[in-house]
Amino acid sequence: MSVTATATWKNVRQEPSRLVRLFDWKPFLVFICMLPAVGLLAVFLTYPLGLGIWLAFTDTMIGRGGSWVGLENFEYLMEDPVFWNAVFYSVFYTAFATIGKFALGLWLALLLNQHLPFKSLLRAIVLLPWITPTVLSAIAFWWIYDPQFSIVSYIVVDVLGLRETYIDFLGSAWPARWSLIAANIWRGIPFVAICLLAGLQTISPSLYEAALLDGATPWQRFTQITVPLLMPILAIVMTFSIIFTFTDFQLVYAITRGGPVNSTHLMATLAFQRGIPGGQLAEGAAIAVAMIPFLVFATLFTYFGMARRKWQQGEAND
Amino acid sequence: MSNTATADGPEARASATVKPELMTWDSRARRVVTLYVPLACFVIILLFPFYWMAVTAFKPNAELYDYKTYNPFWISSPTLDHIRHLLFNTSYPRWLWTTMLVAIASTFLSLFASVLAAYAIQRLRFRGSQYVGLAIYLAYLVPPSILFIPLATMVFQLGLFDTPFALILTYPTFLVPFCTWLLIGYFKSIPYELEECALIDGATRLQILMQITLPLAVPGLISAGIFSFTLSWNEFIYALAFIQSSESKTVPVAILTELVSGDVYQWGALMAGSLLGSLPVAIFYSFFVDYYVSSLTGAVKE
Repeated sequence: MSVTATATWKNVRQEPSRLVRLFDWKPFLVFICMLPAVGLLAVFLTYPLGLGIWLAFTDTMIGRGGSWVGLENFEYLMEDPVFWNAVFYSVFYTAFATIGKFALGLWLALLLNQHLPFKSLLRAIVLLPWITPTVLSAIAFWWIYDPQFSIVSYIVVDVLGLRETYIDFLGSAWPARWSLIAANIWRGIPFVAICLLAGLQTISPSLYEAALLDGATPWQRFTQITVPLLMPILAIVMTFSIIFTFTDFQLVYAITRGGPVNSTHLMATLAFQRGIPGGQLAEGAAIAVAMIPFLVFATLFTYFGMARRKWQQGEAND
Repeated sequence: MSNTATADGPEARASATVKPELMTWDSRARRVVTLYVPLACFVIILLFPFYWMAVTAFKPNAELYDYKTYNPFWISSPTLDHIRHLLFNTSYPRWLWTTMLVAIASTFLSLFASVLAAYAIQRLRFRGSQYVGLAIYLAYLVPPSILFIPLATMVFQLGLFDTPFALILTYPTFLVPFCTWLLIGYFKSIPYELEECALIDGATRLQILMQITLPLAVPGLISAGIFSFTLSWNEFIYALAFIQSSESKTVPVAILTELVSGDVYQWGALMAGSLLGSLPVAIFYSFFVDYYVSSLTGAVKE
């Protein structure tokens, strides 16, 4: 009896095979687990980033390898009015689109934060502009901005009678610039609103009740409770929004392709135009690299400017 | 509110029957003006381009370019001409198929990579795992507009130019950071005790991942998957730069480069194409709205 018991006991505990043991060895397992992600990112993100910076200092063209030319590309760009116009419009576009998106997005978030019927349906509808492919909604805007058959012009001229002539949205520089900003705001509102709504929902209602008891006006409640408590999430959303607005490509490429007369080129569209159809890879890379300082500055500015409150309270590492 | 009632006490008492009614009407009117009217404006403005897209897609050309005789907001004789043109005279089905293929393949590739990475960072906790996590997060902040030129030269050298693999392999550059970040957050919410129990019972690390952590992380996987799918479906700049031949273009690129030809734009066909191209994502999204919202907000809150 006792003999059989020990025998089966021995059989139960099998030595795991070498392969199983290898996969249970932590350093190896960590290596295997990190390999696909780190490999993909290293090959298709880190390496191209470095390659892009290197290309900016060469004279590479499509079909021809380049050699080191130092700062020549940047010197050329410094004297290129089209480049400076792109820099100007990128900053202008980012600034106004961000202001518009956050003002309207915050407003929409505040509206959605109230008691409403069909709240989840509303939330789903509101997100639609953000999930549909940008280019496709941009084409819809292109049609809305059509010089002859613009529906906005129709409403303004034929329905409301505010103007005599149809608006030429994309035909000249400034209207085209503002039209693109409007389209970008339209597309950006949902993201901002839904993110800020999530932030608003984390604010405890008891704070508002306490403020109400203390006799705070709605405006005071907004500036003294909502805004400070929303700041950390606002900082993150704004960093994201600024980065992706500044490097925006699709909207401008789809609606104006940089026209009329290069007045609506963003740095990304100019880089594409010079680099891929134009064949001047090095010059395109130089324009793309010129975006990096702006992005770093914008990130640091929004992050440290707005999230300061958070890390002063020592909550940075949660 | 009680303050004002006591302040003008005599008056309030005099019109006691009228006042409360007036007050409720007033607050309801206030609510309509401050809440419902702005909200309705937002919804109308946010949805109008889609409505306009749909209306244009089903209008015959005669109505499309004549606002004087037909009301532009409505279709008097709807037609499927534009959609028929799109499906039978262009390679639209082919573009849809390519887009679908690329989106699904890159989604699975990035999910695979991010699940393993997130598990290693959050659960295996090697030395420096925090910094790896931060580096992956920072990778998300590198926009495609900076990367597409060097990537184009790489894709060309690797012989991937003009093949779907160029897109399947480059899309993970923006999908992996996002999914990893999302899944790290999700793994964090799964109690560690479950894994400890399994470890004590003699399960290997891989068994724990496959049989305990992953089944519990299914909602996280779904949201990461939806996000990746929509992001790859919507991607434009890589697809524009790396694909040249008409047949292997993705829908967003193809509509813009293939349908826009000559000086006269086929607005009906363009809008029909945009509508059809947006529909798959919209339908896909409508099934999983809650996952989508929670992943969007969860990722931001992290």
